[in-house]
Amino acid sequence: MDMTDINPAASDAAADSGRRFGDVILDLQNISLRFGGVKALTDISFDVREHEIRSIIGPNGAGKSSMLNVINGVYHPQEGRILYRGQERKRLEPYMAARQGIARTFQNIALFKGMSVLDNIMTGRNLMMKSNILQMALYWGRAQKEEIAHREKVEEIIDFLEIQNVRKTPVGQLPYGLQKRVELGRALAAEPSMLLLDEPMAGMNVEEKQDMCRFILDVNDQFGTTIVLIEHDMGVVMDISDRVVVLDYGKKIGDGAPDEVRNNEDVISAYLGTSH
Amino acid sequence: MLYRENGQFKTSYAADQQIFPILQDRWALGLLLLVAFVVMPLVGSEYFFRAILIPFLILALAALGLNILVGYCGQISLGTGAFMAVGAYAAYNFMVRIDGMPLIVAMLLGGLCATVIGVLFGIPSLRIKGLYLAVATLAAQFFTDWAFLRIGWFTNNSTSGSVSVANLNVFGIPIESPVSKYLFCLVVVCLFALMAKNLTRSAIGRQWMAIRDMDVAAAVIGIRPVYAKLTAFAVSSFIVGVAGVLWAFVYLGAWEPAAFSIDRSFQLLFMVIIGGLGSISGAFLGAAFMVLLPVVLDQLPHWLGIPISTATVSHLVHMIFGALIVFFLIVEPHGLAKLWSVGKQKMRLWPFPH
Repeated sequence: MDMTDINPAASDAAADSGRRFGDVILDLQNISLRFGGVKALTDISFDVREHEIRSIIGPNGAGKSSMLNVINGVYHPQEGRILYRGQERKRLEPYMAARQGIARTFQNIALFKGMSVLDNIMTGRNLMMKSNILQMALYWGRAQKEEIAHREKVEEIIDFLEIQNVRKTPVGQLPYGLQKRVELGRALAAEPSMLLLDEPMAGMNVEEKQDMCRFILDVNDQFGTTIVLIEHDMGVVMDISDRVVVLDYGKKIGDGAPDEVRNNEDVISAYLGTSH
Repeated sequence: MLYRENGQFKTSYAADQQIFPILQDRWALGLLLLVAFVVMPLVGSEYFFRAILIPFLILALAALGLNILVGYCGQISLGTGAFMAVGAYAAYNFMVRIDGMPLIVAMLLGGLCATVIGVLFGIPSLRIKGLYLAVATLAAQFFTDWAFLRIGWFTNNSTSGSVSVANLNVFGIPIESPVSKYLFCLVVVCLFALMAKNLTRSAIGRQWMAIRDMDVAAAVIGIRPVYAKLTAFAVSSFIVGVAGVLWAFVYLGAWEPAAFSIDRSFQLLFMVIIGGLGSISGAFLGAAFMVLLPVVLDQLPHWLGIPISTATVSHLVHMIFGALIVFFLIVEPHGLAKLWSVGKQKMRLWPFPH
């Protein structure tokens, strides 16, 4: 794992996107999560500030994805408090997290395989569609207006992600890199205030990674979206993140700016091992 | 050569989002409707309406309803016969207990009763999936079988257990002759097919498909699984209930609970699977396959002049029919609708290789 590798395209973009942090938007306090006897997360605390790119790194099985699942309500931690926009959050279901403006992508692509790219991204806007079932059955008035209005927004996202030529293709037929892009598009369609990205660059080649970096930085910059990122490519993480939290065996072993984390003894030993 | 969309440019999203964006498809549909509404009533024989077209239309409607649940929302149901029965008996009760109840209103009320029962038996789907859900909906089947057989009130205390309706009419037009029955069913089926298509291309349809394809991801983007699954059960059972009313009132005229037995549920599930899960045209193709094929197989030796006894024929029909189902599922597991769309795709290029 080479931590000094710098990805030039990404670092330029990172430098350009004027850093404008807001207040703490999400505050996780002493989170512990167990599955039976297995401790997935132990006493983890960190916060996410508005508009920043916050990365979570750590070796396999460190609890990174579990952390995201806690944030958007898929898992419910046994202990700890979560404050979202200054308010303590009670136990909530994933769809409620979506209503609060939290969107995410998955480590293993979780697209709707039977649907076209267009429909997948349109689904991301379902929370904003207000027509009732009868209007939809008749496809008249509000229902049709809504379909067209949201289609325009979705087309903007399709343009942004440069996937115009596959908009009507069933997603199952797309190559892996494009599927990842569509999944990002679906998350963006909800116009989230916080975006959780679970290994958006896993399995990609260098060019696809650069594209994805560009999209992430653009989203952060243009829409001011707060991003929580899990990624294994240290070059990317160190380049584009504002702050990095490091997990190992479900415990937090480092937290801070990329440079601090890079030089943290515990982090280095977790990644490279220590000599005994 | 004839079937290609070259030069058909869309300049608005409304034009791009229509049900049949390709001109040739619109012509084909227009032609089909013309044949169905005008040519058939002129040339069809009484036997043709009674034995083929009317059951085809009604079963296609029921398969359409089931397809919304199974094909679009991914919830397997073996209770289709039960929901048909609820629709039929509810409409029957509205007809006999309320004087001057119009057929259309009774039909819609029957559908609503089926909706209520459908949602009730859909509640387990919030916890269980797949085959387990199929078993749970099977309970609906056994329950309604029992209820309509044993609880006299539902059948207006008919001693034989069989009930019947007579003097059907819509806005004063009697629905008695085979042609009028056929046209009535055709109108109802066309309207429901259009509405089902509209639902499946709207937000609610995308929610159903999202739940079907990946329920965790669906919840994460804000879809409430409870709402999506129960609306699918509601819409599906409403359509199935209406189909039940038509089956009982228009096709059978007089019926007993056995008309909506577990066999009916299986038949409809096969129709949906053979026709194509998650496709409106699949419901029609599946119903056509299941209704027409036995008739054709039955008549084939007669047409070819092969002297076989009727008993042998009826056994052969079962065997060949079963074999054909297996064959189709192997060749195209996504059903006849998929086969049809593959054919259209080929037609776009034909006769050129690329």
